[in-house]
Amino acid sequence: MDYQPPPFFSRGPAPLVRLGFFVCLAVLLMVLDARFRYAESLRQAVALLAYPLQRVSLAPGELFGAAAGFFTTQVSLKQENERLTVQALRSENAQLRRLLEARERLPRESTLAEILYQGRDPFSRKVIIDKGRQQGIQPGQAVIDDFGVLGQVTRVYPLLSEVTLITDKEQRTPVQVVRNGLRAIIYGGGDRGTLELKYTATNADVLADDVLVTSGIDGTYPPGLPVAKVSRIEQDAAYSFATITCVPTAGTEQNRQVLVLSREVNLPAAPVETESSTGKPPKQKRSRGRE
Amino acid sequence: MSFYEQPQRILLPAKVGYMALTFVLALLFNLLPWRDVAGLPDMVALVITFWCVHQPRRMGIGVAWFLGLVMDAGNGALLGQHAFAYAFLAFAAVSLHRRILWFSPWRQAAHVLVLLLASQMLMLAVRLVAGGLFPGLTYFAGTFIAAALWPTTSFLLLLPQRRPESVDENRPI
Repeated sequence: MDYQPPPFFSRGPAPLVRLGFFVCLAVLLMVLDARFRYAESLRQAVALLAYPLQRVSLAPGELFGAAAGFFTTQVSLKQENERLTVQALRSENAQLRRLLEARERLPRESTLAEILYQGRDPFSRKVIIDKGRQQGIQPGQAVIDDFGVLGQVTRVYPLLSEVTLITDKEQRTPVQVVRNGLRAIIYGGGDRGTLELKYTATNADVLADDVLVTSGIDGTYPPGLPVAKVSRIEQDAAYSFATITCVPTAGTEQNRQVLVLSREVNLPAAPVETESSTGKPPKQKRSRGRE
Repeated sequence: MSFYEQPQRILLPAKVGYMALTFVLALLFNLLPWRDVAGLPDMVALVITFWCVHQPRRMGIGVAWFLGLVMDAGNGALLGQHAFAYAFLAFAAVSLHRRILWFSPWRQAAHVLVLLLASQMLMLAVRLVAGGLFPGLTYFAGTFIAAALWPTTSFLLLLPQRRPESVDENRPI
């Protein structure tokens, strides 16, 4: 006769079995998310669940701002305040006006958005803006401020979207040196406010203080937007590539108002690669290099 | 032995609704728009550890996993990274729950520090494998602060379960 334990203290599978199950599930999700990007619908569903929490957690700041605004209009130190607010308004106005000029200069449609907060993931450089799918934002759109390119929309939620800054380690931007038209690809340095011009030959004609602008050949960024300024060049003959460090032109850490540019509609079709027999889809026009 | 100095209180049973409320509050804390505050404690991890230690039969690895998923989606992090770390954290806390409660609050905090650091190291390893950048040593500061918050947090979270201090003479317990 086989012995069965009484069912009074039945607690389901053993903890180690549960741990194994959930760890497998988590690893599967991570691989799907990082390598194949299949988990987006699940992310959207869970994000929808987290959205009320996010909204509520944003409320204290907004409330504080509203209350502060109420009291600044109420207190008797009006002159002092007026002077201060006028100054703040003037600088904000100046920024908006520059953005407006930028908008008029650009041939594409654009949406004005505001940066809500910096992404909380300490492993990447991202910001969250207050426009989402409802306002017609699509992943892959370029984001600029009044000084230059800020980044690219990488993920869109119903009312928010996530912008990966050009300083993120995974972000690449095709650029061109203004002085001589040399094309290159600029990589995010990962650190706060640095960029790196990689795979440029040691003898390439790049000098300190050269201005780099978007080349526009990727179809994402319109040509001629300032991206960065070369700050330091290390040319070592032992290596075939120079180490060129740049500083972004856009205020990747300061600004609040940004412009989201719509993508160009009449792009020529992507050329079909000859060695696509491996089953890889033809390269996308986006500059994010995560193949 | 100093282990037995603390009086062992008889607590009221924990309500599931109350547990859920603490999780929601911890999520709210974590999802606040912190602007680059270094050394921010991960309250969700702390509350998960607390309930795993105090209510190991109600709180489990599955709940911790799901909370991690919400954190991932809310943070825009790699989907599954927090879930992975929290599942390990819950498993370790459930395995150690009989041991931890014998100690005084500050010695419990030492145990919790090790658990939280281990789960954070797991998360760091996952992100470095997936191609993230090393966020610097300030990344670990929050864990130390969270462990230092353990005595306060466990006192506050246990408050609703405490019996009234005024003892009724006619009551058996």
